[in-house]
Amino acid sequence: MSVGLPPEDPKAQEAVGEVEIPVAVPRDAEHWAKLVSTLDVTNAPEGAVNRNVTGKSLVSPIQGFGKMWQKTYKVPLRGAEATPVEVIKEWKANFPSFWPPRNFFYGGLTGIAPGDVALLNLTMPGRLKLSTGVFVLFADDESFTFMNPQGHMFAGWITFSSYRKSDVTVAQAQVLIRANDPIYEIGMMLGGHGKEDKFWNQTLTNLSRHFGADEEVETQIVCVDKKRQWSKAKNVWHNAAIRSGIYMAGTPFRLMAKPFRADKQL
Amino acid sequence: MTDNTLSIEVRPAGQATSVIDIKGDVTADSEDVLTDAYTEASAQKIRAIVLNFTGLDYMNSSGIGLLVTLLVRANRQRQKVIAYGLNEHYRQIFQLTRLDEAISICDDEATALRAAGA
Repeated sequence: MSVGLPPEDPKAQEAVGEVEIPVAVPRDAEHWAKLVSTLDVTNAPEGAVNRNVTGKSLVSPIQGFGKMWQKTYKVPLRGAEATPVEVIKEWKANFPSFWPPRNFFYGGLTGIAPGDVALLNLTMPGRLKLSTGVFVLFADDESFTFMNPQGHMFAGWITFSSYRKSDVTVAQAQVLIRANDPIYEIGMMLGGHGKEDKFWNQTLTNLSRHFGADEEVETQIVCVDKKRQWSKAKNVWHNAAIRSGIYMAGTPFRLMAKPFRADKQL
Repeated sequence: MTDNTLSIEVRPAGQATSVIDIKGDVTADSEDVLTDAYTEASAQKIRAIVLNFTGLDYMNSSGIGLLVTLLVRANRQRQKVIAYGLNEHYRQIFQLTRLDEAISICDDEATALRAAGA
């Protein structure tokens, strides 16, 4: 299928002035999110902490600070009858239920669609609740990809996919990321990588069990770029962990001030 | 270089520039073909890689990921990466994924080669 090319038939070219030529729609058009400059959360679900997302730009691995990593976590769903399309349909529909406990994903009511913004409330070491989000960059029948906003631990994206290999359906999560700023990079060096690997291992194990399989998750880690991008150190301004920590520290004061604010409104 | 859905040709353009013509689908399956093409394009002392997307039919997020890793390899070799032939849809994807901040986008091959200094 040609995309955006003029008609090759000379007769069709002659008719350009008279007939409206339909613009060819690229095959992947419906799977990609529309262009946005910043994120906007309009209807935050009840119970979700909606911070560090609205007004933030998206960041690819190019805009991050730390070393660039490609990590692939995959599990064969041996014995399961599900096709890749069925696996992704189920994964999209019940995405939060496969996550490890005490981590919350607040997505759209209809599942996961291109352009959706989901809120993440994650439990970090020291009982810190990290509030951030993700943007659904791409979604088709056999894969979907989240891209992260400024302030998230990682600049980059994660792709969830499913495919057939040797007559077995495989479920896979693959991240292409850099730590967003120097503080996150230090965190990654001090055990963050291990925690992240454990998180996705547990997620894929839960998914695998959901389909009646119980194979071990295979992890492949490649350091794509050893260089740190010092020009991006200023990303720390948006650091969602620091901002969430400050917000948590201010909670008692906000509670004390609440009655006065309510009086004022009356 | 081809797989089922992608065919890639590499051609020199001047002494220090290679053009990679991409035709078909860029997906996770394209990794080997794209890597081989980059290796061939960089065989000489190349200062710039020009990616011709005129024949691009389909690209998913894994395809974008491959372009990021290609960009990292090129940066390591101190090579510029320039793209042309992107239609409006793919230009927007480059903007959305902020790839346009690292890969210069030109309207046509002549402009791309001028930007490459060929």
